[in-house]
Amino acid sequence: MEFIEFKNIFKVYKNGVSALADVNLTIARGEFVFIIGQSGSGKSTLTKLLYREEKPTKGTVNVGGINVGKLKNGNVYKLRRKIGVVFQDFKLLPKLNVYENIAYPLESYGMKSSEIRVKVLKALERVGLKDKIRSYPNQLSGGEQQRVCIARAIVNEPKLIICDEPTGDLDPKMSKEIMKVIENINKELGSTIIMATHDKEIVNRMKKRVICLHNGVVVSDKKKGSYTQNENV
Amino acid sequence: MRMFRIIGKSIKDAFKSVFRNFSLSMASISCTAVTLILVAIALLITYNVRSITQDIEDVLTIVVFVDTKATAGDVENLKNDINFLSNVDGKKTIYNTQEEIVDSLKKDESMKEILEILNDAPIQSTFVISVKDVKKLTDTAKEIEKMDFVNYVKYGENLVNKIVSMFDVVKNACIVAVVALILVTAFLISNTIKITIFSRRQEINIMRLVGTSNIVIKMPFLIEGFVLGVIGSLVPVLLTIYGYTFLFDFVGGKLFTDLIVLVKPNEIIYLTSLVIVIVGGIVGMFGSTRAVRKYLKV
Ligand SMILES: Nc1ncnc2c1ncn2[C@@H]1O[C@H](COP(=O)(O)OP(=O)(O)OP(=O)(O)O)[C@@H](O)[C@H]1O
Ligand SMILES: [Mg+2]
Repeated sequence: MEFIEFKNIFKVYKNGVSALADVNLTIARGEFVFIIGQSGSGKSTLTKLLYREEKPTKGTVNVGGINVGKLKNGNVYKLRRKIGVVFQDFKLLPKLNVYENIAYPLESYGMKSSEIRVKVLKALERVGLKDKIRSYPNQLSGGEQQRVCIARAIVNEPKLIICDEPTGDLDPKMSKEIMKVIENINKELGSTIIMATHDKEIVNRMKKRVICLHNGVVVSDKKKGSYTQNENV
Repeated sequence: MRMFRIIGKSIKDAFKSVFRNFSLSMASISCTAVTLILVAIALLITYNVRSITQDIEDVLTIVVFVDTKATAGDVENLKNDINFLSNVDGKKTIYNTQEEIVDSLKKDESMKEILEILNDAPIQSTFVISVKDVKKLTDTAKEIEKMDFVNYVKYGENLVNKIVSMFDVVKNACIVAVVALILVTAFLISNTIKITIFSRRQEINIMRLVGTSNIVIKMPFLIEGFVLGVIGSLVPVLLTIYGYTFLFDFVGGKLFTDLIVLVKPNEIIYLTSLVIVIVGGIVGMFGSTRAVRKYLKV
């Protein structure tokens, strides 16, 4: 069985919007995959199924042998601890500062604070935010918040990292650096990376697998894809 | 170790939250305090009524005067018949023979003369009977009166009977009130925490998404409920301790007559206080579990 499997996935939201239709995909351990497509094509929905923020209306999603849709509410946290997520809307805790936000998941798992400190500082260093350690989310720019979110996703060095538009609020230089961080984690730790993005330049430069969605349907899936070939979909 | 860290942090969070939402917390603490004061009053009344009823029941006996013609065998039969009645507490039935009564009277100097005067007047043997249910005292007495070799019976006044029945009603009403008030308290605390939770549902959602387990998310709210309940019980506890002692001294420890003696403060105020604190804390936690449940499903 592959690391990640989408089998005949349909997703219809409560308001009747059909976000995904008959999606079939497999992703291997350690793979680096881009998901591209127009706004509203279902990229975020597809990633949300992986950590069960949404459940499929039909079909099964398997992550590391776990049938995600069947997971009980009380056990979902076990899955989420193995996945780092860079959310499109950051989802930082407003009352915690940068350090505390990144440390929060580890703290809630009950890790020792000395151990947490080492990990958080390392993650902060990777995203280049060491000088903002005591700032609160509302004191940060969009790009800085995004980097905090990235730091939180990688702090526990998870085997699966899901990034939803991780460079949406970054300038080209910072985008490049962040992509390097994520690529390094992919190479050093062998983490699987799934990244939804609109950033043509990054997709074209990285020469990774590219899955293109259109109206909730997979319209192309290329091993060393680029944005241009899908541009007119 | 891990659990200690999580609980320690939860306690800190809970106190932070109580102070952050100070006005709301105060509102629920005062409501809780008011209901717990009523619970305390109801408890104190219940204790007192139970003790007073007990006192009255203990002094309420049926005295049976046995015919002087009765032989030892007749008396034995009569005793068995009496103890056979379902309302008679057989273990407490006391038989005083003619001679015993005379002896005990003789011990008293002033009675000696009277006895000499009475000399030949018949002194009858008696049974002193305690009943299990004072409300049926009259019926039991009448049944005994019909038995052979019973000259006549004497038993407690009807008025005392009525007081005891009335106290029974008061006691039951108090128990119902206590249960109802506890439910009201749970509801109040549950609502307060619902509001704190509602304003934090976004945070809870984020915590869930980064892999925090439900119990860890719930803990601060549980502790918050506990803290609210315990703080809410402080004023009722003080009122119980000082208020009851004051009232007890004020009325001199009894109501209307010497027959109705109140329970001494030392015997009940600490137990009542403990019950109030425990009720406050448990009800607070119960209220908060109810409030959190809905937000842990994402
Ligand atoms: N919670 C929701 N309830 C109802 N409809 C939703 C919900 N989330 C998404 N949708 C709808 O589902 C479709 C797919 O949305 P999705 O967020 O997956 O798109 P996307 O590809 O991530 O877009 P973008 O590039 O703008 O982030 C859209 O039509 C959207 O309106
Ligand atoms: Mg999206």
